[in-house]
Amino acid sequence: MTSVGEVAATLTPAAGATQRRARLVLDTFLANRAAVAGLVLIVALTLFCFIGPLLYHTNQVTTRLGLEHLAPGSGRPLGTDEVGYDQLGRLMVGGQTSLEVAFGAAAVAVLFGAAWGATAGYFGGLVDGLMMRIVDAMLAIPALFLLLILATIFRPNVGMLILVVGLVAWLVPARLVRGESLSLRTREYVLAAKTMGVRAPTIIRRHIITNCIGTILVNATFQVADAVLLVAALSYLGLGIPPPAANWGSMLSNGLDFSYSGYWWMIYPPGLAIVVTVVAFNLVGDGLRDAFGLARRR
Amino acid sequence: MTRYLVRRVGQAVIVLLLVTIIVFGLLHLLPGGPARAILGTMATPTSIKAFNQANGLNHPIPVQYWDWLTKALRGNLGYSYQQNQSVASLLTQRVPKTAFLAGVSVLIALLIAVPVGLYQAVRRSRFDDYLLTVANFGLYSTPAFWLALVLVDLFAVRMHVFPAEAPQGSNFSAIFSDPKGLVLPVATIALVSIAAFSRYVRSSVLDQLSQDYVRMARSKGAGRRYVLTAHVLRNALSPVVTLLGLSLPFILSGTLITEQVFNYPGVGLLFFTACTVQDYPVLLGVILVVGTATVLGSLLADIGYAVLDPRVRYVRAEAAPA
Repeated sequence: MTSVGEVAATLTPAAGATQRRARLVLDTFLANRAAVAGLVLIVALTLFCFIGPLLYHTNQVTTRLGLEHLAPGSGRPLGTDEVGYDQLGRLMVGGQTSLEVAFGAAAVAVLFGAAWGATAGYFGGLVDGLMMRIVDAMLAIPALFLLLILATIFRPNVGMLILVVGLVAWLVPARLVRGESLSLRTREYVLAAKTMGVRAPTIIRRHIITNCIGTILVNATFQVADAVLLVAALSYLGLGIPPPAANWGSMLSNGLDFSYSGYWWMIYPPGLAIVVTVVAFNLVGDGLRDAFGLARRR
Repeated sequence: MTRYLVRRVGQAVIVLLLVTIIVFGLLHLLPGGPARAILGTMATPTSIKAFNQANGLNHPIPVQYWDWLTKALRGNLGYSYQQNQSVASLLTQRVPKTAFLAGVSVLIALLIAVPVGLYQAVRRSRFDDYLLTVANFGLYSTPAFWLALVLVDLFAVRMHVFPAEAPQGSNFSAIFSDPKGLVLPVATIALVSIAAFSRYVRSSVLDQLSQDYVRMARSKGAGRRYVLTAHVLRNALSPVVTLLGLSLPFILSGTLITEQVFNYPGVGLLFFTACTVQDYPVLLGVILVVGTATVLGSLLADIGYAVLDPRVRYVRAEAAPA
């Protein structure tokens, strides 16, 4: 027997229309050269971090103090750091953590934020008021301040770090999705589903969130860029994942300790890696937003 | 307008109250608390108990919160666990310094971003607009902490032009003891802000340029330059006022990092050190100040927007947003 929810689902635009729209979005995106360049950069960075170590073998486990702070030369294109790790290899391994945490945090932020915003917007009234005041309150604490508080409470490992960054980042998608669901909840198909007795969680999942997918996807892309920055900032301040693990932010933090020694290879490569990653995700985000025909929100 | 104002201020107060509840709740979430962080690893159970008793940490959390709130409303923000000073006196020392750093940086950023954005809008889709957009995009994606590090490497370590440490000292005038020391911290915050502001000014001016009144003024024979400065810029800047108010959290996050890198004795550095030792009263005090600033910023942004643009006032009066 088909449930009421499934019947209601057939009321949304036919599959053919959805496919045509997806096609249009994809075509617009691919016609945007900057966005495609961003996508290529993301693929290249991912390959560099995850496939790179398979081709370029370095010892990132045992410290060798005899090899510390060596300038770039043959066999070590980017020199070595303060405990003798090869910088290029470190950049790959550190990049893995940076990207993993950023993707994880963006996923947490967008999923939780979308659910929160859709619920608030769908119910409206007092529920909406209360839920959105909480969002307002957390947004009133500058991101880095909130991040530092959370990081002191939850001593980070990779999983915790994802959660902590996600806890700071979910506020913006919550606001965006709430704004859209305020208008979506008055659409005929939502009213129809409601009349048929579909339960609220199902309507929110099938009709509200599904129809915010453009906003959610675009925001998710920007969230990755922001998460890369937040993770790096936290590690830079020394509150990231503790030493044996590395990420671009903690590499920079080491660079700061030796900034007076002129070891440029400890400062520029990880910083550029962060900037290139953030640029790439911002480019793709801009492209997706234009492709979905959304207004410029940031 | 008055009703809108009252409603908006009421909301701001509720939000601020929620900020303190959330932060208070978060800080007291984990068992153990600050006793161990303050007393060190050699602390005995007895000394921890004594510490908790002395600081009221043995009471239930709602009682502790109420205690804190009622005292805070009377201006008593408690006593730092670690630094031998009251939170209020720490804040009165630090807040003006951060306000100065942020204020000067934002002012410089605006003085650069507004002409750049205007120029880009006028030269839309030409090579120089494209070049500036690319530069802007790069700068916008550059984290403040790395920018600070690069500035130190270039100007302090390699060229020896500016010192890498901000002027020290506890009173406000101390920050002027070494003006050269202010250059790099100010430059860091200004540079990251320019990227965000000029992007906004460009699109705001572009919006205005396509309006009918511009065509009207031009067809009446008004000069290009005159239309730009007298009409377009004036109208394009009112959203920028909003942006200023709303970007306060972003700017404050930037000052935190900058203060930490340059050891600038402001609120951000105070907060950072308090975090590392779980100095709860200081953390709460700073969040209260920073949260108030942010909430006031967005409040003033809304009001300023309504004052500058009569059309908004009209719409808002019709249907005040939730």
